[in-house]
Amino acid sequence: MGLALTSILVMALLSLTIGVADMSFGAVLQGQVDDALILLASRVPRTMALILTGASMAIAGLIFQMLTRNKFVEPATAGTAESAGLGLLVAVFFLPTVPMLAKMLLASGFAIAGTVLFLRLLDRLPRHQPLLVPLVGLMLGGVIGAVATFFAYQTDLLQYLGIWTTGEFSGVLRGRYELLWITGGLALIGYLYADRFSIIGMGSDVAITLGLNHRGVMWLGLLVVSVITAVVVVTVGSIPFLGLIVPNIVSRMVGDNLRAAVPWAASLGAGLLLFCDILGRVLRAPYEVPIGTILGVLGSAVFLMLLLGRQSHAVR
Amino acid sequence: MPSDRFAQMALPQTGQAPLDRARARVLILGALSLVALGLFLTLGVPGGAWGFALPFRAGKLVALVLVAYAIATSTQLFHAATRNQILTPAIMGFDALYLMLQAGSVFFIGAMATQDLDPILKFSLEVIVMMVFSTGLFLWLFSTQARDLYLLVLVGIIFGTLFRSLSSFISRMIDPNDFVVVQGATFAQFNTVNIDLLWISLVLCAFTVPVLWLLRHQFDVLALGRDTAINLGLPYRRVMLITFATVGLLVSVSTALVGPVTFFGLLVTHLAYRLLPGARFGPTWIAASLVAVITLVGGQAVFEHVLGFKGTLSVVIDLLGGLVFLTLLLKGAQR
Amino acid sequence: MIQISDVSHQISGLPILTDVTFTLPKGGITALIGPNGAGKSTLLSLMARLSKVQTGAISFDGADVSTTPTQALAKRLSILRQDNSVSARLTVEDLVGFGRYPHHKGRPNAEDHRLVQEALAAMALMPLRQRFLDELSGGQRQRAFVAMVLAQDTDYVLLDEPLNYLDMKHARQMMERLRDTAREQGKSFVIVIHDINFAAAYADRIVALKNGRLHAVGTPKDIVTRPMLKQVFDLDIIVENIRNLPVAIHQIAPFPERQEHP
Repeated sequence: MGLALTSILVMALLSLTIGVADMSFGAVLQGQVDDALILLASRVPRTMALILTGASMAIAGLIFQMLTRNKFVEPATAGTAESAGLGLLVAVFFLPTVPMLAKMLLASGFAIAGTVLFLRLLDRLPRHQPLLVPLVGLMLGGVIGAVATFFAYQTDLLQYLGIWTTGEFSGVLRGRYELLWITGGLALIGYLYADRFSIIGMGSDVAITLGLNHRGVMWLGLLVVSVITAVVVVTVGSIPFLGLIVPNIVSRMVGDNLRAAVPWAASLGAGLLLFCDILGRVLRAPYEVPIGTILGVLGSAVFLMLLLGRQSHAVR
Repeated sequence: MPSDRFAQMALPQTGQAPLDRARARVLILGALSLVALGLFLTLGVPGGAWGFALPFRAGKLVALVLVAYAIATSTQLFHAATRNQILTPAIMGFDALYLMLQAGSVFFIGAMATQDLDPILKFSLEVIVMMVFSTGLFLWLFSTQARDLYLLVLVGIIFGTLFRSLSSFISRMIDPNDFVVVQGATFAQFNTVNIDLLWISLVLCAFTVPVLWLLRHQFDVLALGRDTAINLGLPYRRVMLITFATVGLLVSVSTALVGPVTFFGLLVTHLAYRLLPGARFGPTWIAASLVAVITLVGGQAVFEHVLGFKGTLSVVIDLLGGLVFLTLLLKGAQR
Repeated sequence: MIQISDVSHQISGLPILTDVTFTLPKGGITALIGPNGAGKSTLLSLMARLSKVQTGAISFDGADVSTTPTQALAKRLSILRQDNSVSARLTVEDLVGFGRYPHHKGRPNAEDHRLVQEALAAMALMPLRQRFLDELSGGQRQRAFVAMVLAQDTDYVLLDEPLNYLDMKHARQMMERLRDTAREQGKSFVIVIHDINFAAAYADRIVALKNGRLHAVGTPKDIVTRPMLKQVFDLDIIVENIRNLPVAIHQIAPFPERQEHP
């Protein structure tokens, strides 16, 4: 854990120093106003946004996997993110003048509805087919995405569609990312209720036997997951695969007792996102490769390994 | 075992009683297709503009018919070879692979060289690479019979995501000035087809028709599964190779002409399966192709000239197809 | 005391249980027997409020399961279902530790820790306690789940076929452990059991269900008899008396020549 935190710190510092505009810590310390301004207005917000998004999406993925009792799903590919995007489009079209917070709330509402729909569909699936769950999730996400595309096409909002389909941090500036602090608070709830979410992951029978308010905890988890996803979608765009691969890695490392897994997921998620972002900034400087693209390549490759590895594991 | 269940769905059922009805339905579909073609050519042409509109529309019409044929056929071939009816080459990330090849060629040989290449030569090369790649990929994935169907679907979808992300990644890595060469198409455009490749596509599709027609009975046997097919004396490996090579070719054609279409194949093949329940490969193939023509050409005529929606037919089709897919998954899981 | 009065239950129109009424005194082991589909598992999940009671009432020491708050019930009774499809990757110790959740609500103290260790020891799981569930064999997993239920430390413990996956040695050890716990701590176990001889050897009383109805309640000596088993299971089974215990030889059909006719 100490090693993980140290490497995150190093990457965060690295993330602060990389950028198109010239800026050096030495100059900031010498009192150069320009450099300090760049640091505070652009670099610090971006690094904070990366850490908040990475940590909270990883925790959202972890809780989502407990709620669905399935290791192959995450909110960003099972309808939640797509629903949030649709909600954002609806907000932009019908209520263009309301503040961002209100748009975020509407997106959250859509995200909650999408997640409830997914969980309802899950009830109809047989338990012994774990791979059907991510499939139905992907398809549900695809259908909701198609509705959003149609809506965007008809209302000339296609450029907004681009905003949430590919996550990107290049637009993060002071004053445009602060909503992400909400996800930090929600992630904390995830930690405080870690025991309850772990019990939910063992199924409703166990939860009831242990006297847990099963419905209540399900709803709390659903709320945490949906709002985290919606805030991320609204501020930086959809971050695919992070919520899928980080919990899987953490599960192999320390298991699924969320008391231990949540801190690990948060650090790994933040670290992975910082790493991908730094990669995206240096690979083709001065241009940027969007983080969604890098995660798409990295995440789908890791997911494939998980899927095909599972097969050989089962054979063995 | 779900794979068995879907396999059973794919089995051609015997019984000659509904043969006349099937023939009548295919004839009706043929008539409707002709109506769709007529509508597409004539709807909303301003008076006096016929001399200009007709040749222009005819080119687009040929392209759409080719796309309809290519998608319906590749999907149905895929269903027969994999013994299931919920996968399509597009769902398995096939068209994404084609787009990745395009981005990759710009990346490796440069935009100038890519543009200097004769488009027909370039397309032929791409088709060949696609055929090799698809044959390899699917022989690898389907080499073992015992594979879980849902695992295959999932792996296919994730491969699609991987190919899409890679092509977007490659297109970011190439010089931004070259970026325009690779159009990052995320959904199909039926109103702006790529006319350059029309003739070579036509030749390629025309070539597949007699081959598939001659093999149509073998596809029926193929759908019985590897062991039964070999037992019945089918040259299994050879037929599989031909099947997947053809699928690669047809997907290249449709993706090159209009871009990626995810669920269209699923929609039209399942309409055909419904219209001709239990029919053999041959009649179903004709029906699926006709349904595809009616949907695509008729739909585009109505959308473009009656409703005034320019590019949304592909979105609507994908939405409908996506719902069909979701229903199939849920229904398959229920039983 | 467990009181079950006039319990009937239907699942999509099919009657699973019909007018079941009986009372079990506190303490000891009760074996619930009956052929497949007799309603044993349904009765158990109704008792543990996993399914809603449709008609009738079930109470533990006067606390009705339909009206008592679920947190309170969790300190009074626990259940282990037959299919424990826990896919979460937990260590054995973590799993058993969650059995203490109703008592500590996430903040375990020394007492919780001690009870977890006791339960682990009782199920001979101490060497395995750091292992993950997916690294265990079926029988080891089964013991871990039973340990979790024991750690919950409730007066009433309902177990649905706890001997599943267990070899002879561990099956006998588990039954002995349950009997000792019942005697030393005054706990009550209700166990669905398929091996009639385990029921005869360890249960203080046996409840026989058939076609969703209560067929008989009694001591092993009352129930494990050739005529009674024939009624309950529709199967002719020889019952021998060995060391003052009825032993059913159910694996083989009674040969005519073996029948004892004077």
